Amino acid sequence: MSETLIDRYHTFDFVKRPVLAGELDISHRTILYMEDVSVSFDGFKALNNLSLYIDSGELRCLIGPNGAGKTTLMDVITGKTRPDSGLVYFGQTMNCLAMDEPSIAQAGICRKFQKPSVFEQLNVSENLELAMHVDKRVWTTLLASLNAAQQERIDEVMETIGLQDMRHQQAGVLSHGQKQWLEIGMLLMQEPKLMLVDEPVAGMTHQEVDRTAELLLSLRGKHSIIVVEHDMEFVRSIANQVTVLHEGAVLTEGSMDEVQNDPRVIQVYLGDATC
Amino acid sequence: MLFSALQQDRPLQLILLLLAVVTIVIPVCNLVFAPGSALYFSAYTVSLIGKYLTFALLALSLDLVWGYCGILVLGQGAFFALGGYAMGMYLMRQIGSRGVYGDPVLPDFMVFLNWKELPWYWHGFDHFGFAMLMVMLVPGLLAFVFGWLAFRSRVTGVYLSIITQALTYALMLAFFRNEMGFGGNNGLTDFKDIIGFNLQSDAVRACLLLFSGLALITSLLACRWLVSTKLGRVVTALRDHESRVRFLGYRVELFKLWVFVLSAMLAGIAGALYVPQVGIINPSEFSPLHSLELVVWVAVGGRGTLYGAIIGAILVNFCKTLLTGLLPEIWLFSLGAMFILVTVFLPDGLAGLSFNKLRLKQS
Repeated sequence: MSETLIDRYHTFDFVKRPVLAGELDISHRTILYMEDVSVSFDGFKALNNLSLYIDSGELRCLIGPNGAGKTTLMDVITGKTRPDSGLVYFGQTMNCLAMDEPSIAQAGICRKFQKPSVFEQLNVSENLELAMHVDKRVWTTLLASLNAAQQERIDEVMETIGLQDMRHQQAGVLSHGQKQWLEIGMLLMQEPKLMLVDEPVAGMTHQEVDRTAELLLSLRGKHSIIVVEHDMEFVRSIANQVTVLHEGAVLTEGSMDEVQNDPRVIQVYLGDATC
Repeated sequence: MLFSALQQDRPLQLILLLLAVVTIVIPVCNLVFAPGSALYFSAYTVSLIGKYLTFALLALSLDLVWGYCGILVLGQGAFFALGGYAMGMYLMRQIGSRGVYGDPVLPDFMVFLNWKELPWYWHGFDHFGFAMLMVMLVPGLLAFVFGWLAFRSRVTGVYLSIITQALTYALMLAFFRNEMGFGGNNGLTDFKDIIGFNLQSDAVRACLLLFSGLALITSLLACRWLVSTKLGRVVTALRDHESRVRFLGYRVELFKLWVFVLSAMLAGIAGALYVPQVGIINPSEFSPLHSLELVVWVAVGGRGTLYGAIIGAILVNFCKTLLTGLLPEIWLFSLGAMFILVTVFLPDGLAGLSFNKLRLKQS
């Protein structure tokens, strides 16, 4: 008894706020904790003791040269890759490493993939319907039909992504940029708490890039967002906080200006571009 | 929802109409008109058409799981045969003391093997209802256990296909053994009655055709409804992009599992309708060759359309009947040629062809 009284790190049960299972607890403002995460593939360290914290409502950009571990990091958060060591927590309570991909997605971490991967055989509206945040068990899915509010939500998202005139088009016939937008729309339909957006503007025209930046900025505050992108101009236009990855670890964090003037960053990343 | 799905699907309407006509006209003509009349269909034709209809149901079950779910099952014949065996066991028990050895309980092959009592798994098969339940339950259960293990471990693609092939092969070897208690090599045959009616009578044969047709039409409608639900769209999506569906929060393995189980049950029903019409079930029904041939039917008809599988099954089997009668030695060559030609020139099968034509007409 006396030992627990002396132990300064001991928390008494009556102090602890009960958190229901499956409920996201962001009482400490941080929505994602990654601590000392390491992943290696055949000896190659894709992530090397990486630690990263994302605040609730934040829009964070991840940059870094190819092979820095950006996509692996997303794979770890979404449950696709299991790290060799480290901790990943969603809010205070949810241990992502103990959950599989569907439960992580249902908990509210949603991802847009690098390569647009919409369902080409289905039309735009059906793609959005599948992504919608509803009960996704087999029997409820079998008997599911859209109610008015859900239909309205689909229309709303279709308007946001500018595809309202193409609702019955098969996703396969959309242009590359439109597929990227449809993916973002599917992300919105999932009502995510944390959005992982992998290269949203790859292959987009200038206008499309601008509209994407606008959209992501409008979502800031409502959702926590992590954006991985190579397009520096785009990153500058949306980010207030940038994290630079290098060889599987965080090299530095800060505003775009701070980061760009950091000599280490210039050396590993921007250095090649300036000389 | 089914109604609106049907309205858009012209080829399906046509197939449904044709099936309904065949299902009603052939049995009625067989019973009403006398032999020699121009409208008379012989007993042979009746069982032949009935057999085709059960094959069509089998093909439909494969198309559901292959065409929509993307699981190429190379052992679908196993579920068909299991359903057939369940029906066969019921028909064996119906023989009663009319067997060669006259034992009131034991089927002939058991008496021949000097068995003294009925194995536990033969109990209950004297009840028609129980047997019909088993027709669906046994294939469904096997598919459930097999699918649960395979889909949970994320076995997909060609590996899964090969395992299903191994499954049906293993079952074939098992059913060949006399100790299994399913008649070994000879299987189950020499059936007499079904729910008290003589299996050889014209009326019963006509009824079996009628039931096969009804089962096919009902299953076709049920499958069409299924693929038009949201579940159908999830399944189509996971066929093309399995991991993406998982990241949307769907438990992909459970969706695949239920479709697989449903498909196995349909195959079981097809098997149960097939056995009384051909009068025998033996382990060769488990042969991997049968399952492979079935894949050719669906490919020829066109997968992912449901009605395509039915066209394919009936057409290929009609060719088979014709060719094995006229020139038996060239049948396997023509089957192979059919498969190659369809794969090269008609990747969407015959259904793709008819669909394109209909579209051309509309535009």
